[in-house]
Amino acid sequence: MNNLLLICFEFLKTGLFAIGGGLATIPFLFNMSEKYPEWFSSSELADMIAVSESTPGSIGVNMATFAGFKVAGVAGAILATCSLVLPSFVIIFIISKFLIKYSESPYVNATFAGLRPAVAGLITTAAYAVFKVAIFTETISSFEDILPNISIPSLIIFVVILVSLQFKKLRKIHPVFFIAVAAFLGIVLKL
Amino acid sequence: MSEIFDLFMAFFKVGLFTFGGGYAMLPLIEREIVEKKGWITNEELLQYFSLSQCTPGVIAVNAATFVGSKIRGFWGALFATIGVVTPSVIIITLFANALQRLDDFPAVTHAFAGIRPAVAALIAASCIKIFKSSVKSFSGILMFLLAFVLVVFWDLSPIIIVLIASSYGLVFLRKRGNQI
Repeated sequence: MNNLLLICFEFLKTGLFAIGGGLATIPFLFNMSEKYPEWFSSSELADMIAVSESTPGSIGVNMATFAGFKVAGVAGAILATCSLVLPSFVIIFIISKFLIKYSESPYVNATFAGLRPAVAGLITTAAYAVFKVAIFTETISSFEDILPNISIPSLIIFVVILVSLQFKKLRKIHPVFFIAVAAFLGIVLKL
Repeated sequence: MSEIFDLFMAFFKVGLFTFGGGYAMLPLIEREIVEKKGWITNEELLQYFSLSQCTPGVIAVNAATFVGSKIRGFWGALFATIGVVTPSVIIITLFANALQRLDDFPAVTHAFAGIRPAVAALIAASCIKIFKSSVKSFSGILMFLLAFVLVVFWDLSPIIIVLIASSYGLVFLRKRGNQI
């Protein structure tokens, strides 16, 4: 199939099934990178997340634009973004016309009660995927591969930032700050 | 006509000046739409935001569609939505283009190698926060683990997980009326 058509199809699916905001789109992108390895790799996805977090706009839209651009340039960027947005556009247009009490419906609430923990699990798969490309120097295929391929400085950067984000005061610091410090360390330590 | 252009511009500003999306956009939307224009009340805006969370898609975009549709019907929804995504499309396209050219510089490669563990930490921190707010019972923990294991080790599509979890909620959680 034509690449542009495939982009439309994949991002329409993402827009329809990614529920719970921008971060929820990321597991779908990792799924795409497995299905179409020629589109982008998981380490390229990790870099896209960094750029999307450090530029204006919502992460979900930024990621779609970036991924679409990687696959098919400017046309891909525009197409991916429009496809991501289209399903919610149609759904919301219908909801706002007919029933504004949607969020109070017991059916909707029950569905979301079931969904919430699963969405948390899905976002955790994205964190795991980024962790793998961030910490290991080679692709890991067995347990014996794990120890010799760990990048210790990368692991330290990961742990320090994760621990500092558990403190209320440090949590107010903008993600761009952490990303900038990490970029500086990457250059200095030649990671 | 001018109201539709105003809607576009208001949400263009929202897309241009907020980092991170979702609730980070709420204060700016409040200033542009509620305070400056008086198009909707604060209560309405908060209601749209909670609706946006339980609709598929990106929360900030959903909120733009809701507000636009409420103020000016279809065209309002369309232009508010286009307004909120346009800055992203322009900025990211420029960025992606520039990055492609810088790809050969070793400094850029090293910088991204440093950035990746930071991104992993940022997302892991979000996971902890989301876990705390959305996994509140034993069956919730099971659903969380099931989603993780099925996607990571069985390569299942996230779509299947979303379908399983929402049907489970619809069938089993309705009568109890409480959170999983």
